[in-house]
Amino acid sequence: MSATRVLVTGLGTTSPVGGDVPTTWAALLAGQSGVRPIKHEWAEQLPTQIAAEVAVDPTDVLERVKARRLDRSGQLALVAALEAWADSGLADAEVDAERLGVAMASGIGGVQTLLTNYDALKEKGPRRVSPLAIPMLMPNSPAANIGLAIGAKAGVHTPVSACASGNEAIALGIDMIRLGRADVVVVGGTEAAVHPLPMAAFGPMLARSKRNDAPEKASRPWDKGRDGFVLGEGAAVLVLESEEHAKARGAKVYAEAAGAGVTADSHDIAQPDPAGLGATRAMKVALREAGLEPSDVAHINAHATSTPQGDVAEALAIRNALGEKAAEDLVLTSTKSMTGHLLGAAGALESLAVVLALKDRVVPPTVNLEDPEDIGLDVAAEKRSLPEGDLAALNNSFGFGGHNVAIAFRSA
Amino acid sequence: MATTEEIRADLADIVNEVAGIPADDVQLDKSFVDDLDVDSLSMVEVVVAAEEKFDVKIPDDEVKNLKTVGDAVAFIERAQNG
Repeated sequence: MSATRVLVTGLGTTSPVGGDVPTTWAALLAGQSGVRPIKHEWAEQLPTQIAAEVAVDPTDVLERVKARRLDRSGQLALVAALEAWADSGLADAEVDAERLGVAMASGIGGVQTLLTNYDALKEKGPRRVSPLAIPMLMPNSPAANIGLAIGAKAGVHTPVSACASGNEAIALGIDMIRLGRADVVVVGGTEAAVHPLPMAAFGPMLARSKRNDAPEKASRPWDKGRDGFVLGEGAAVLVLESEEHAKARGAKVYAEAAGAGVTADSHDIAQPDPAGLGATRAMKVALREAGLEPSDVAHINAHATSTPQGDVAEALAIRNALGEKAAEDLVLTSTKSMTGHLLGAAGALESLAVVLALKDRVVPPTVNLEDPEDIGLDVAAEKRSLPEGDLAALNNSFGFGGHNVAIAFRSA
Repeated sequence: MATTEEIRADLADIVNEVAGIPADDVQLDKSFVDDLDVDSLSMVEVVVAAEEKFDVKIPDDEVKNLKTVGDAVAFIERAQNG
């Protein structure tokens, strides 16, 4: 397939381990955990009292009036998008607004605005509900506000597929460019669900046991002591650009977003297919679309959320998708061991990590791997170098509803 | 009882918080829409915050009559005294 090449020309994030890309990447390579005790009083009534909240509060960065008209998910999204936009150099370039798009995902949307306003309604009556509540809480609000900030008119989208949302936004951005609908698409994901209701609802799926006393140890993908995921928040954004557009302006190129595999299990609303067939197929499709062989894949940033079944099932899917030899030769990691699980932003943050791994030739570690499960794959317990030359890597994200999205990246 | 200036100053803080307009610009002769650029959604927020701050009711019918900061301060004074 001779498709338009799609390049990554800008990156931005605000994450549990850093307020921007340089601090986040340095923290990931250093194996620093962003998981902390929750400081809000409401946490005392919950069995899980830890989360990976962002390292830098978005209200410290954004203009105050701008910030109060955005849900926290929108604030985080805007911080990440503005960094990526500046990083791409497009802020200072002539961009045709009608060829500029946005695909910004969220798993849960403006849940904090919704619930805060419901509290105000119950306690003080309907007049106390903010007139801005709807434009703040609607799931497309972060995408729309990014579109307004950069003047995007080619289409502004919000894919929603639970924890696969961030990767689905990247897949959509690749499609928009390949179908000729846009030259540049700002893609990513955002999530701000550290609130008692989602935490109570996730209940038994969250890491709980004794980890409240040792939060930085709680997220431990593939370790035998893992007991659930740690809820994280944050946003990450990639600027995708057609090769032609990027070359014409002499853009800095991080990597190529070479292909996407998007599949559905059609098995169960919450449980993944036990044989991992949907996940396997997503990786195979991504490789096929990217024109890659399994042996080209040097690295995978796994979905691996630190749940007992999910981590092992994904390892099996990787073996089935790539074959034993190729699967055993690649370097596997889960940056969720440090960032927690950012739900609808996870795919975007982990794709950002894959892009930087290919560029800097180094894979961030999976921390807390003290008693590893025997999955027969090479998990980077310490940060690991990648060889020179042409390399490819995958990022996996899977979500409730049976959504599986794998993105294939190639080194630039 | 709060003086006119005290009410103006408190209202100016609310307008600053909601709309980001410098509190010193919020003077009695200034129009919310024409001079201070307070849009209709922000005006709803200002009214709700003022009701809470000054412990008064500002009916929806009345809001359209509050064109200037002075109109709003006068309404709040009357409502507090009434």
